[in-house]
Amino acid sequence: MVENVRELLKAHEGLRREVYLDIENSSFVPREVLEAMLPYFNQRAYGNPTLTHKPGWEAFEAIMESAQKIASFLSCKNLEEVNFTPGETEANNLALLGTTLQMRGKGRKIVISEIEPLSVVHVAEMLTKYGFSIVKVPVNSEGFVNLEKLKEAVDSETVLASFSTVNHEIGTIQPIKEAMEIVKDKNPKTIFHTDASDAYGKIPFNVRELDVDLATISSYKILGPRGIGALYVKEGVNIERILEGQIGTQKLWPGVENTPLIVGFARASELAFQKFEENGAHMRRLRDKLIGEITASIVDVRLNGPKGERRAPDNVNISFLRCEGEALTIELSLNGVYVSSGSACTRRLLQPSHVLVAIGRRFEEAHGSILMKVTRYHTEDDIDYVLEVLPKAVERLRGITGATVVE
Amino acid sequence: MSRVPLPYSQKILELFRNPKNLGKMEDATVSAVAGNPQCGDMITFYLKINEHDIIEKASFESYGCAANIATSSIVTEKVKGMKLEDAWKITWKSVAEEVGGLPAVKFHCGILAVGALRRAIRAYYKNKKQIPPEWLPKELTFEEKQALEEEELARILSKKMKMAEEGT
Repeated sequence: MVENVRELLKAHEGLRREVYLDIENSSFVPREVLEAMLPYFNQRAYGNPTLTHKPGWEAFEAIMESAQKIASFLSCKNLEEVNFTPGETEANNLALLGTTLQMRGKGRKIVISEIEPLSVVHVAEMLTKYGFSIVKVPVNSEGFVNLEKLKEAVDSETVLASFSTVNHEIGTIQPIKEAMEIVKDKNPKTIFHTDASDAYGKIPFNVRELDVDLATISSYKILGPRGIGALYVKEGVNIERILEGQIGTQKLWPGVENTPLIVGFARASELAFQKFEENGAHMRRLRDKLIGEITASIVDVRLNGPKGERRAPDNVNISFLRCEGEALTIELSLNGVYVSSGSACTRRLLQPSHVLVAIGRRFEEAHGSILMKVTRYHTEDDIDYVLEVLPKAVERLRGITGATVVE
Repeated sequence: MSRVPLPYSQKILELFRNPKNLGKMEDATVSAVAGNPQCGDMITFYLKINEHDIIEKASFESYGCAANIATSSIVTEKVKGMKLEDAWKITWKSVAEEVGGLPAVKFHCGILAVGALRRAIRAYYKNKKQIPPEWLPKELTFEEKQALEEEELARILSKKMKMAEEGT
């Protein structure tokens, strides 16, 4: 099979330009971040931060300084509230499982929305095997959580509510403070978790102001290295560990800390928050250029998610009717534009993105969806190139579809 | 979002970029569809069949992934000039082999392509000839059943989603 992949890669030779927009699924690491990390692999701080020698103390210092930086960007009370994990998936697992373990005997209900990431949805679904029930609160056609239904869903049995601040696929910025207040009004003991991986470093996100109990953040979504994330746990909130072993500096995650990744995450955070307004404006401009020109120049397209200020600054998600998404990602790749799709074509179960289905997209609309996220590093020229390549790709694939699908 | 790595073969890539026998056939003797837009995979086959039950030409349209397009293209190439009896014997496995192997999650693309071909052949004998030949099995074959199953599954899932949406 790797032979096939070599051939596929060969088919990409001689590309005029390459534009990577699949930040949802992984990201490149900018030079500034990489350079910050490099000394921590072999020059300094390569020791275990809990041990009594110089390289260990250096690691301890580096980890604490990194936690302090992230804590200040989140507006935490103290740096102990930042708990490093190997990523968003692990932080969400820790939030859901750690809370339900801690709250055992106090209730059996978990409330989430229909459009949470799979590291929330699948964990919640797994917990139903152990006596928990889940309520998935519906969203409207733009992905906003139905707050009335949320109010109905929370009761004295509810131990945990989990709602993303920004939806990872369609960029909807939830009224998360309102949602949390509704939950706490109905049951002050309910632990409120938010996956803020698509909010942190992109829109204002202040844990002290929001007063959430738990919040997930991810490194690669702000162009830090993969393999590192964090769970904010408010001072005074207790959750249990879900893994056991040697406990080091991270009370909720055993094992040896990965100092270079932690340093990279902190550096990526600094870069995201440096010129925060300017970066946001830049991403919004590129986002709106993509959305505006695609919807104007290509027929039979649908924007998924809201427009304007209620949408994450980096998110573009568009469905192309009569055009299958997986085929479109390949066609675009062969032209140097790298994106992902909500198509079910890679899954035997035929189910397309649950997020797109939840906002009322028909299956055939979800199958033809493309997700792109812009960054501060993308340029107008990059976007112009995408706008040159994309209409041609859609046109060619629609030519293959022909009259097979009549809308 | 699509997350399974798909190590498509060179042959699939080639046929994805330059599919053969693409497009609706105006003078087709018979046409048949397999899959539906809900599955994210849908193929229409057009066959021109002469009085000796030989396929003179074949073409296709495909709403589907790269594997779907490639397997459809291969099938139309293979059946050209074939007797219907021989075309019937084409299996999804032989199609998969001919495109240089399919990743497991894409087996259904090959199955769907052969399913559509067999449906077209059945339709021809049912509508045009009225009398089915000896060699045509009365029972649905594996490929035809799988196509049906996939269509049914997509319909059920799609309906379920709609019901959930309406809050029933």
